[in-house]
Amino acid sequence: MATMLKYEDKDLKVVGTRPIRPDGVDKVTGRARYGADINLPGQLYGRVVRSPHAHARVLAIRTDKAEALKGVKAVVTRDDFPEMPVEFAAAGELIVNFRDVTRNMMAREKVLYDGHPVAAVAATSDAVARRAARLIEVDYEVLPHVIDPVQAMAEDAPLLHEEQITEGVDPAPEKPSNLAKVFNFAKGDVEKGFAEADLVIEREFNTKPVHQGYIEPQASLASYTEDGQVEVYTATQGHFVIRAQCAKLLQMDISKIRVIPTELGGGFGGKNNVYLEPLAIVLSRKSNRPVKMTMSREDVFRSTGPTSGAHTRIKIGCRKDGRITAAEAQLDFQAGAFAGSSVPMASMCTFTRYDLENVKVTGNDITVNRPKVAAYRAPGAPISIFGVESILDEMAIELGIDPIELRMRNAAKEGTQTYYGPTFGPIGYEDTLKKALEHPHLKEPLGPDQGRGIATGFWFNIGKETTTTLNVNEDGTVTVILGTIDVAGGSRAAMAMMVAEELGIDVDRVRPQIGDTQALGFNFVTAGSRGTFASGMAVTVAARKAIDTMRERAARTWDVPVDGVVWEDGHARPASSNVGEFEPLSIAEIARKSGMTGGPIAGHAEITAEGAGPGFGTHIVDVEVDRKTGLVKILRYTVIQDTGKAIHPAYVEGQFQGGAVQGIGWALNEEYIYDENGTLQNPGFLDYRVPVASDVPFIGTEIVEVPNPNHPYGVRGIGEVPIIPPIAAISNAIHDAIGIRLREQPMSPPKVLKAIREAGNGAAE
Amino acid sequence: MRYEAPGSLDAATRLLADAEGAARVLAGGTDLLIQMRGDIVEPELLVDIKNIDEMREIAEEQGRFRIGAAVTGMEIMEHEAFNAAWPGIVDGAKLIGSIQIRGRATLGGNLCNASPAADSVPALIAAGAVASVIGPDGRRSAPVEEIATGPGQTSLKTGEIVVSFDLPERPPRSGDAYLRFTPRTEMDIAVVGVGVNLTLDGSGVCSAARVSLGAVAERPLSVEEAAAALVGTRVDDDALAKLSKAASEACRPIDDKRGTKEFRIEVAGVLAERAARIALERAEQR
Repeated sequence: MATMLKYEDKDLKVVGTRPIRPDGVDKVTGRARYGADINLPGQLYGRVVRSPHAHARVLAIRTDKAEALKGVKAVVTRDDFPEMPVEFAAAGELIVNFRDVTRNMMAREKVLYDGHPVAAVAATSDAVARRAARLIEVDYEVLPHVIDPVQAMAEDAPLLHEEQITEGVDPAPEKPSNLAKVFNFAKGDVEKGFAEADLVIEREFNTKPVHQGYIEPQASLASYTEDGQVEVYTATQGHFVIRAQCAKLLQMDISKIRVIPTELGGGFGGKNNVYLEPLAIVLSRKSNRPVKMTMSREDVFRSTGPTSGAHTRIKIGCRKDGRITAAEAQLDFQAGAFAGSSVPMASMCTFTRYDLENVKVTGNDITVNRPKVAAYRAPGAPISIFGVESILDEMAIELGIDPIELRMRNAAKEGTQTYYGPTFGPIGYEDTLKKALEHPHLKEPLGPDQGRGIATGFWFNIGKETTTTLNVNEDGTVTVILGTIDVAGGSRAAMAMMVAEELGIDVDRVRPQIGDTQALGFNFVTAGSRGTFASGMAVTVAARKAIDTMRERAARTWDVPVDGVVWEDGHARPASSNVGEFEPLSIAEIARKSGMTGGPIAGHAEITAEGAGPGFGTHIVDVEVDRKTGLVKILRYTVIQDTGKAIHPAYVEGQFQGGAVQGIGWALNEEYIYDENGTLQNPGFLDYRVPVASDVPFIGTEIVEVPNPNHPYGVRGIGEVPIIPPIAAISNAIHDAIGIRLREQPMSPPKVLKAIREAGNGAAE
Repeated sequence: MRYEAPGSLDAATRLLADAEGAARVLAGGTDLLIQMRGDIVEPELLVDIKNIDEMREIAEEQGRFRIGAAVTGMEIMEHEAFNAAWPGIVDGAKLIGSIQIRGRATLGGNLCNASPAADSVPALIAAGAVASVIGPDGRRSAPVEEIATGPGQTSLKTGEIVVSFDLPERPPRSGDAYLRFTPRTEMDIAVVGVGVNLTLDGSGVCSAARVSLGAVAERPLSVEEAAAALVGTRVDDDALAKLSKAASEACRPIDDKRGTKEFRIEVAGVLAERAARIALERAEQR
């Protein structure tokens, strides 16, 4: 049965404070061990041979020259991996199909994107491995390719999957196409709603594919033993899911695979899937040596999941008072080489901030010759809400209503039924809007060519399978083993704080640690902003079980019924004087004697956490546009978001800031640039421009706390909402500054300057 | 691969001239090591020139500076007298990479890597810097604008090394400036770069000027038409408009991932005007 612990409003000693994170010292001193820092004696170095073509049939692969090279110990190609039938599994916020996963990690019939793996080698040194990789000969029959989602849906577009019949359409089409699946969501009657509107605006928007841009490239080390066991060290957001995928792909027992997660240098949704792990395992099996594989930054850009580029068409109608009467969207999302983009989530997020009667959303999942997309922080939502928040800005101007007020008039609140099903419980959307209205940021004066924009975002947040073991050590300190990876947001600190709060001890007496796959039962990946919500619930369950055990031990020591013992401030105490006069027993005293009172003390949780609280945020941004170069400078930025409860406010602020900065990069400069052959032109951070520190001002934050009733501390997820509004907010601010509305991302200098020229020397649209 | 770190120019040129396979000069290595790691070059011989004293010095004699080609960006930034005389060259050095990169990267390396977008080169060209080159046939001088001939290509012959840069005497009321356009504020590469160097006479009229453009052609350019727009004027709006036009007209860029042709041409004019304004202000203060 699913676990839900109700929110309790109580005085807090630890939760809400700002202690130093348990992983902090190792990170600032360089001791933290990331994926590429792990080495084993006798290890080999693996390299992947990648397709130079965007789309080609693989006619033959010859490995004999590479295998003959001194120092080469193993080579793998498609022939080393079993064929997989169609079978779906959850891997973070996206669903994977094993038929596709096996083809994505190693091409079979065709290569489907520039960078698609076709072979891998393991050798005694990286230099030999590189040389061997160059000796592998592949015969390709190059095919026409397609990257743009709209072009990919054209009748005569190059076809990626000859057997792909569009799902979600009735009747099913007879001919295969690149349109993998259509998702429909509807509520009410949009035709009727548009007929009731005084103002209807319909616009098209385009966004480019962007990468998660984690600093740590993928790195894995596999060591396969003669008795068929394997240890895999890897940088991942979900070691249990990596284990499950490897077991399926390599037809191994789950128990024979031990995945040890390393410290993670960022993931943002991009490290929920296997890339190197199965290759390293099979290379290790063939060579009888540990095999280490690391990606270069170029590999990361060319072959790991970015998010979709998309085309969207948004239509909204409203009355003169600003009340929306109907909203309609068509979202065309690139899935990359294999079906399964974030378009279903993007569809569900498109209008969900608003309380609407009539909604229709169609999401198209389209295969194109680019790397298979992976989740990226609030997958799809920044793309789908860009157009909505842009049109609302237009409406606000047209109707003479303040843009925040316009959103207030339409805001979703407790009791609002979403167009995809659920009805909201208590949510903090209106609270964030009210806070925005009162915020001093709105009073900051703006100069020439400066403008202000606002936009808002929503994300579902999830719970799912969560495991933890809490050991009360002999001295009364506590070790918490967590199944949920800390993706660097500071969740280990938050877990230690909730445990300390429950047990009534200092937080520095609690040591949190991530357990490997043999230490705990299955725990879902860190995705959907679930970490602090779900693992927080699990550690609370575990701590309460340990407390119950300690109460029993005290009861046994005092020879009283367990009901006569309460737990307060880290001590077992008699519930009342009727129980008897006993000196309270501290956790340390109980722990010291635990061997004599029944054995070591622990608490466990093996739960499916349910009741995640939806998250909402409102962003305000000021920009300045250089009319002569098109450069957009961010002057001031404020993030206001409902957290439910900020366990560690500094790390909540860090998430707000990090999300906003990623969104700023997405808005202004980030994009995949392909040449006419479908080759990625900018697979590096020099030409794929994520923002640097000096590009952004200090990001202001406001934490709103409307507790989630389904969490003991009121936690909602917070990690994803902050990346949703920036693209739209910045586009709105640019319009406010120079009167030009940009509906294409990125709003990079050449594009802004071109728009200024087209608008006629900077005149208003 | 062989690595040599000779202590003299003579030994260095001999090593390079006698090399049988591909040989490369290693200064800061901030381009070369990346090219080696990226399998772009595979030299059989690396000649590290950082042990050669003459290449590592900033010398000043009677107002004329000589900068060793292996002097790093940070060393230039920290040299007070040089900053006072040639702030535009320092503008360029300051923009390269990060502090760590500038601690390694050298002026000579930036020039000889021959990127059209090299940030330290336009200001050197605008300054009228002359490269001192040594090779198997002895020493020769060449204006900086004649060293790079195209992306990754130079006019240096086999065995030749750029040893140092000679800067002319700095007349009073002279100022220089370098501006580049990048989408990011730092850790970026020029989409357009402009160096302007000018001298005013006693009445505030521009008596000499040089203008250089980077990242708008196959190599950094010295643009005489743009300089001519300033000479004989008070560097007023009219002159700056002419400068801007001449700078745009001198561009022969390509469309690539870093910018479109039309964007580069337009922004070159904008930056030329802005750089000239800074150079003018600096000249007026000296």
